Amino acid sequence: MSRTFEYIAIALGVVAIVVTSYGLGKLSYSWMPLEASTDAREIDHLFSFLVTMGSVIFLVVMGMLIYSLIFNRAAPGDYTEGHAFRHNWKLEVVWLVVPTLLVLWIGIYSFNIYVRMDVAGPKELLASASQPKDLEVAATNTNQALVTIGVVAKQWAWDFHYPDGKIDRELHLPVDRRVRLMLQSEDVLHGFYVPEFRIKQDIIPTRDIAFQFIPNRVGKYKLHDSQLSGTYFALMEADVYVETQEDYQQWLARESDNAARNLAALEYTNPHERVFDSHYPTVVPARSEEITASNDAIAKN
Amino acid sequence: MPNNLVHGVTLPESESKHTLAESEKNWRRYFTFNTDHKVIGVQYLVTAFTFFLIGGLLAMIVRAELITPASDLVDRPFYNSLFTIHGTVMIFLWIIPSIAGLSNYVVPLAIGAKDMAFPKLNAIGFWLVPVGGIVLISSFFLPGGAAQAGWWNYPPLSLQNPSGNIINGELFWILSIVILGISSIMTAVNFVTTIVWLRAPGMTYFRLPILVWATLTAQLMQLIYLPALTGVALMLLADLTLGANFFRPTAQGDPVLYQHLFWFYSHPTVYVWVLPIFGIFSEIIPAFTRNPLFGYRSVALATISFVPITGFVWAHHMFASGTPEWLRILFMFSTELVAIPTGIKVFAWTATIWKSKLHLETPMLFAMGGVMMFLFAGITGVMLGAMPFDLHVNNTYFIVGHFHYIVYNTITMALFGGIYYWFPKISGRMYLEGLGKLHFWLTFIGANLCFFPMFPLGLQGMVRRISSYDPQYVDWNILASLGSFLLGVSILPFIANIAFSWLQGKKATKNPWLATGLEWTTSSPPPKENFEEIPVVDFPPYDYGRDKYSHPHLANR
Repeated sequence: MSRTFEYIAIALGVVAIVVTSYGLGKLSYSWMPLEASTDAREIDHLFSFLVTMGSVIFLVVMGMLIYSLIFNRAAPGDYTEGHAFRHNWKLEVVWLVVPTLLVLWIGIYSFNIYVRMDVAGPKELLASASQPKDLEVAATNTNQALVTIGVVAKQWAWDFHYPDGKIDRELHLPVDRRVRLMLQSEDVLHGFYVPEFRIKQDIIPTRDIAFQFIPNRVGKYKLHDSQLSGTYFALMEADVYVETQEDYQQWLARESDNAARNLAALEYTNPHERVFDSHYPTVVPARSEEITASNDAIAKN
Repeated sequence: MPNNLVHGVTLPESESKHTLAESEKNWRRYFTFNTDHKVIGVQYLVTAFTFFLIGGLLAMIVRAELITPASDLVDRPFYNSLFTIHGTVMIFLWIIPSIAGLSNYVVPLAIGAKDMAFPKLNAIGFWLVPVGGIVLISSFFLPGGAAQAGWWNYPPLSLQNPSGNIINGELFWILSIVILGISSIMTAVNFVTTIVWLRAPGMTYFRLPILVWATLTAQLMQLIYLPALTGVALMLLADLTLGANFFRPTAQGDPVLYQHLFWFYSHPTVYVWVLPIFGIFSEIIPAFTRNPLFGYRSVALATISFVPITGFVWAHHMFASGTPEWLRILFMFSTELVAIPTGIKVFAWTATIWKSKLHLETPMLFAMGGVMMFLFAGITGVMLGAMPFDLHVNNTYFIVGHFHYIVYNTITMALFGGIYYWFPKISGRMYLEGLGKLHFWLTFIGANLCFFPMFPLGLQGMVRRISSYDPQYVDWNILASLGSFLLGVSILPFIANIAFSWLQGKKATKNPWLATGLEWTTSSPPPKENFEEIPVVDFPPYDYGRDKYSHPHLANR
């Protein structure tokens, strides 16, 4: 194989890798769920960037390994030296510096995304915020007349406390409005996670954690507990409705239907047949009718 | 035998050397309190492999449950016990002890020592492992059941104890972790002392094989970071049993403090496992490419650099916990930096393989497969370090996929590669190449089939640790479950191969791979104190290319 031919082959390989990586980056948007919050788009951009960068590294190294597997096999019984290179300081400095720059790039890019994420990050905003930055966020919130909803997580149900005193097991949100959730837990760690919103926050007993985002797509989604919370963890979900301002107001005005399904309590009272039953004891689920009467997180606002 | 002694006295034939060697080969010694590092190494490996089978069985029940969206195979508390004990067994009873076993066997030989520095401590350290393991597994038979709070065991869930008994699965989990932690600390003291003090004359630090560098680094990390876990386990024990309130939020305790202490050990521990694995890659790849390890010095320095670096990344497990913003950003940058020394190694292996003379026997297949899948694991790890993206996939199957690409597709693959590589040395027999290759292909296909589907599932938002799920996730779950069953099957040719070869395999020469490294200069298996004569080292590591390693008859002289 002549040297020129080898260079051409390498150049073609590089082009193929760049094009493929770019394509995978574009394609990666389709691997994600629907985008239903302003943060979702940002996260998806970041993911696409990571997929593109990752693909370049992956394909270059895999290309070299597979090339070697095909073309550099030893003849049977040939145990002589493969090549004489033991080290090459220039090359080693390159593969120290280039990855350093790459990961710094990833870090800075991620940081920018984090800052841009509309809620100033899905960060924990302790109810007693004193940092200037938090105050700034608080000021923006006031301007936008944000919607505050209390969220109480307990084994294994979600209660939502709306501003006018309505309590329900469904989460209804007006579209394109900044929402502030006051997250509380009655027992163990839980986590607030709606994949279409792309953001997640643990809920810690005895702490009030504020969590903000802007849902921007009308539709029905599912909230799932994201931090292991015991026996009926898998059933700890709630329906999330993002709706127009009018629909939201109409729903708020309606009488609450507290008979909303509580899957854990249902399964606890009517256990179904399984192939194997260990009879291990479990914490008893919160009953359907037991909805926490008051939420002091709302009172604090 | 005719009586050839002058005075008609008959002696048993050749009493001295031969019978002594026979008693050394006695299989019963593997069941005794033996202080020979080679016996202990095999004891560790066999014990760990037994627990690996148990952990694998638990995982296959989990996957069988998840082959359908509904919870229809086992009840939910039992499901939670299954994944909790699966994770704990695989980490503390498979990965850690199997690495301790392989290092125990190889490291003293590789540095030209007669044994470990503290042989009795070594034996005690080993015997604690089956004790800890039996405590853990037996908790399945308690009326309250085994621990159910996941292998992180986060309070306050882990403190709930629905059975109300003072003897409960959680207690057994904690005791087991403390016992295994003490065992690991003993092992760590022993390895560090051995590597620092018992190197053969001329074996300077920059003549050490990377496996020894990696063992030194990993065991130093155990010494520095492991006490945090043992301490936090005892605090949890105090909360659970004595009514203390370190972590109970309702009594001024802080559950997030537990997370900090837990991950302060449990992130570095990932490098405690994976660095010796990188060491195994760094032994196998040069031997089967006939090349010195490219950039040996920078790989050695990258290895030791993990001791401080991994101490500053733990909070990336807590991006979605109740952590302040500055901590998220700081730990995002520190986490991404870990990619640099890791990258150095991957590039070094790639450069070693590039334009070499590849021999593709089973150990090399496992090493190449392991490096390829580690590349994928590493890249997804960098993605997870990008904190805003992590907020989406944290606690989803994306994470489960990522770390199984580390713990199975990298670590377990490399362990198999290492076992095949040193099997001739350990047993004095050759394994069967055909069965070895079958084992590799079943494992490689099964591992990707099982763990790759977890990435799209996580991106789509499937939360980990759930016992039933939304039907939209079913397709990928079926693939993953089939993959897990294939992984179960893939173990069979391995067991058959090892069992058959140990008894009936072809006799191995002392250096079947024509490899450098002192372990290949002594007989297979090595005599009681390893070397007829302690070797003197006056050559660099990975000295492939010398005539001595280029011809089978020279290498085995």
